[in-house]
Formats: sequence, C-alpha cells, structure tokens
Amino acid sequence: MDAAYITPFVASIQNVFGTMLQLPVEVGDPRLLKSDKASHDISGIIGMTGTLSGSVVLSLPQETADAIVALFCGERIDADSPDFADAIGELVNMISGGAKASFEGQDVSISCPNVVIGPGHKVSRPSDIPCVVIPCTTDCGELAIEVAIRETAPSAPADANADASANATA
Amino acid sequence: MRIMLIDDSKTMRNIQKSVLKQLGYTEMEEACDGQDALSKIGAFDPELLLVDWNMPVMDGLTFVKTFRQHNKTTPIIMVTTEAEKSRVIEAIKAGVNNYVVKPFTPDLLSQRIDETLQRCGVKS
Repeated sequence: MDAAYITPFVASIQNVFGTMLQLPVEVGDPRLLKSDKASHDISGIIGMTGTLSGSVVLSLPQETADAIVALFCGERIDADSPDFADAIGELVNMISGGAKASFEGQDVSISCPNVVIGPGHKVSRPSDIPCVVIPCTTDCGELAIEVAIRETAPSAPADANADASANATA
Repeated sequence: MRIMLIDDSKTMRNIQKSVLKQLGYTEMEEACDGQDALSKIGAFDPELLLVDWNMPVMDGLTFVKTFRQHNKTTPIIMVTTEAEKSRVIEAIKAGVNNYVVKPFTPDLLSQRIDETLQRCGVKS
C-alpha cells in the first residue's frame, strides 16, 4: 500500500485526539497486519468507497476505550450503553474524514461507522487488500489504526452501474 | 433562540449542546438524521440549524436541499468531517450558510455561530 495513504491517518488521529480530547498521540512504526484477528477488544469500523476503497478500523483495548470515551463524553460511560459505541463511532468517523480530505485527486465517500465490542473478535477484509496497522500510545493507553484501502480500478462507462452496486452491497 | 441539532451521533449532539449552553442558548431540539429533522421542524420552528453531512436514512446535504425548497432564510451551519473544498462548495450551493469541519474546538464552533447569525441578520 502506498505510504501516501497511511500518513494522513497519522496526522488525522493526532488532530482528532488533540482537538477533541486534548490527548497527545505517539505513533509507532506501521506494519502489515497478517491476521484477521482484531488488534484489541473494540473496533470502530468505517468503510470507504470511490476511487479508493476498503476499511479503516480504530482498535482499542477495553481500558483504553473506557478512558477515551470518558474524556470525549465528559463522564464515564458503561461499555454496554449505546452511547459508548456512539462515541467510538464518532471518533473513527472524524479520523477517517480527516484522512480522506488529504487524499489529493481522489473522490472518496465514507460510510456511517459500525462498532464491534468484545475480546477476540475478527474483522474480515478482502484478502487482496493489504492491511497496515499503525500502533499508537496515549496517556489513556495503547490503541491502533488499521488501514486496508486500495485504489479502485477505473471502469468503462458501461460498467459504472455494476461497480456502484457492488460497492453498495459490500 | 431556537436551535436544532441534526447529527446521528448523540455524543456529537451533546458536545454541541454543551458549547451552545455556554454561549447562553438553551432552547434546543435534536434530530438523528435529515428525515427525523424534517418531522420535527414544523413544531419546533428553528431559528438556526447545525447539520451533519453523513447520516443514515437522510444525509445532511439531502436535508438541506429539501429544507431550502420551502425555507430560504433560516441559517444553516454544516458541521461535518467532509473537509474537501469540493464538498464545501457543494454544501454552500445547496444552501448552507457556514461550515465547520470536525474536529472543532468550542471556540471555533462559537465563532462560526456568531458570524453566521450576524451575516444572516439574526444577531446585531
């Protein structure tokens, strides 16, 4: 995967956490993720479609998520509450949206977020899209951004409708 | 002043409510998508709307276009992660009066609300 599609996520998570949580983020070395097992207990997932397609996952251990959601919402929220998932979803939404704005010359749409909570879960991705995990450290604990996106091959005009329906179903 | 907050994220609506309360605004109505907002607008009659872009059921841009068919004057601020210049232009063409990119600081949201109300002649 082109590094130009990774660095915007580094800048974006630092901007989102710095602005909304006043929480500095230290970023480690990105590496390829070879398993579909989620990095941590909680996954906030955003889909991308358009000239780039794939997914972005904000992956957090439960304790880190508890602390970050408390910072974001101004109070501790039980992980079973829909408000907990809502907060995680909004964070990954802002991170993805911020990165998307840096993809020059690309026309990309992002989905509404989905959030999976529970240890040991898996995030299934297309096997032909490499996934890069960006490890991060904060005062609230460790977390990771998992980015699996690729450029979508331009299609002939006759195929445009077929491509659009495939993206919508994915 | 009656302000409607339209965002599918309750967390984001709560953050906006908190900023607005600090600015002295207390009369607020919430909607979780464009369709929900349209169903509440008649009864609430907002004087300012804060609208997210990406929402299920009816997105913010569709909401703005629908709302502007009948109301050309009530100020609308788009509050969204959509930061590309082309999206900002698209929103303004649809009838948005001002634009705030998430993430935002309370000061920035406050500043955009003030300048929007002044520009639209709602506040002197």
